[in-house]
Amino acid sequence: MSTQLLTYLFVGASFALYIGIAIWSRAGSTKDFYVAGGGVHPVVNGMATAADWMSAASFISMAGIISFMGRDGSVYLLGWTGGYVLLALLMAPYLRKFGRFTVPDFIGERYYSKTARIVAVICLIFVSFTYVAGQMRGVGIVFSRFLEVEVETGVIIGMAVVFMYAVLGGMKGITYTQVAQYCVLIFAYMVPAVFISIMITGNPIPQLGFGSEVADGSGLSVLEKLDGVLTDLGFGTYTQGSKSTIDVFAITAALMFGTAGLPHVLVRFFTVPKVSDARKSAGYALAFIAILYTTAPAVASFARLNLVDTVHNTSYEQAPQWFSNWESTGLVGWQDKNDDGLMQYSAGADNEVTIDRDIMVLANPEIANLPGWVIALVAAGGVAAALSTAAGLLLVISSSVSHDLLKQTLMPAITEKQELLFARIAAAVAVCIAGLFGIYPPAFVAQVVAFAFGLAAASLFPAIVLGIFSKRVNKEGAITGMLLGLVFTFSYIVYFKFVSPELNSAEHWWLGISPEGIGFIGMLLNIGAAFGVSHFTAPPPAEVRDLIDDIRIPSGAAVAHSH
Amino acid sequence: MSEQAYDQASENPSSHDHNDQKTLTEKNTADYWQANLRLLAKLLVVWFAVSFGCGILLVDWLDQFTFFGFKLGFWFAQQGAIYVFVALIFIYAWRIQIIERQFGVDDDTEEGSV
Repeated sequence: MSTQLLTYLFVGASFALYIGIAIWSRAGSTKDFYVAGGGVHPVVNGMATAADWMSAASFISMAGIISFMGRDGSVYLLGWTGGYVLLALLMAPYLRKFGRFTVPDFIGERYYSKTARIVAVICLIFVSFTYVAGQMRGVGIVFSRFLEVEVETGVIIGMAVVFMYAVLGGMKGITYTQVAQYCVLIFAYMVPAVFISIMITGNPIPQLGFGSEVADGSGLSVLEKLDGVLTDLGFGTYTQGSKSTIDVFAITAALMFGTAGLPHVLVRFFTVPKVSDARKSAGYALAFIAILYTTAPAVASFARLNLVDTVHNTSYEQAPQWFSNWESTGLVGWQDKNDDGLMQYSAGADNEVTIDRDIMVLANPEIANLPGWVIALVAAGGVAAALSTAAGLLLVISSSVSHDLLKQTLMPAITEKQELLFARIAAAVAVCIAGLFGIYPPAFVAQVVAFAFGLAAASLFPAIVLGIFSKRVNKEGAITGMLLGLVFTFSYIVYFKFVSPELNSAEHWWLGISPEGIGFIGMLLNIGAAFGVSHFTAPPPAEVRDLIDDIRIPSGAAVAHSH
Repeated sequence: MSEQAYDQASENPSSHDHNDQKTLTEKNTADYWQANLRLLAKLLVVWFAVSFGCGILLVDWLDQFTFFGFKLGFWFAQQGAIYVFVALIFIYAWRIQIIERQFGVDDDTEEGSV
């Protein structure tokens, strides 16, 4: 069977599975729609959270980015996993005890203010839409490479599938499809990783192969050899960084606190039965995520080493098969500058080879000469990663519109049935907008996805954590803090990325912190303003202090949730 | 809050009825919260040390040591810190449950995993 046919078969079968699950588990009430009825087992929720969290960027791009950044790529590994510790220790159990449906719900009640709720809704929609646009694009890219359809057609197929299970099934449908998607994506990621690890080091476990000797008799470890060949070609040493320590620190912090403030991840912890389950669930989620996140840096180093070995100084006629396969997509290119027919790869002006970092994972099975079914599997995995994240994001957008904006603010008189209908309409509208972003990507989408984290860190994270751990922070403080964090971070990013991109370099940055890391400073400003303003205004009323006392105590969540 | 209820709870912390409002006195919920904050502080110190400490601030210095074929600082930044993160979450879930039972604020008897 041809690889093309296999790919259709794998992707088609996975879609049939997702839709089947959606029909089996469709939502009947708003509680089903928003929080899957509140009865999801912690391991199941952990797996769904992992799929929700690992997006097209984690699956397709991350290993490639690390591959070209070397040690500097650690910011993504540390940032995107370290945030789970904060989530599990400082947020998930308390939000579960609070026991409502959305993140703005918590902020609105804790800060006894409709304004605070609306500010939270704005932060949430802004963060979620920037993120979801990138996912639909990811679906489009996978479709266009592996199924050879237009990017637009790919996006529309993806939209139709997400529409089916997010709009019908709500959180309940999403939870169980995400479990299936996790299984597909982790299997698809690990199979090629294991084979490429065996090929390069003889060790089947990529995490160990990463530190082993290269199986070419040279006696050098993978990283020693990589450091050596890259320095010879004029690149920086792989195991040393080129970013300043303060910038690495700030970017990691922004990604960590941003991860802990991402609404589509937070809302997953509203779905488990009780507080102790929320804690365990965060642990399972990170364990499932760690399988991919500890494999990615290994894949990154193998892929880079293999790239240099098979491409540098090879004559173009003898280029490996994957090179010509990907050349047609424009993501790989060769220009014979010195007319010797050989492909020179280096950091200098004589470099003749261009490689798009996004192909490192997708091309891996071909680089390792794996059979067609593995390539088909990777395609299905990439689509699963993108769809699962898109669905989670669409759900938080729709629930914050129907629940926080309509039911709680503008139209308090609507019945539960009407609210559910509005939730479905909002999900449908959000799917269409996301699809449009995928088909006509605004030029800035790729650049702003990473900034969704900075914005989440500077706006939502402090408001939630202070709301739990401080009884003194009041509505004036929280609203000032959220707005200051959001506006400061947003302006800094817009200034360096869009207003004066020519100044976007270390000597012009404030304190040497890049726009990627500025969310950390935004967060500190938010916290400072929240305490400062609260100090000079009236403390929160007694009911709110009682609410805080209540969410700090684990017992009673299942009871409170069942009526 | 009645003095008597607190005495009962502290004399025999394991035998009380869960979710019984009488056992949730201001004293033991406040003590529970302090114990929780102490545990959180310890775990967050480790969290900071492995990620920002070993993986970023001390990375160059740690690179002089070798660990399973890796430079140690590099290993922390790309592997080790992640393993510690997973462990920290499970250690917290385990330790805090012991503390909750001690103060009678656990959710053991509630409808759990379905």
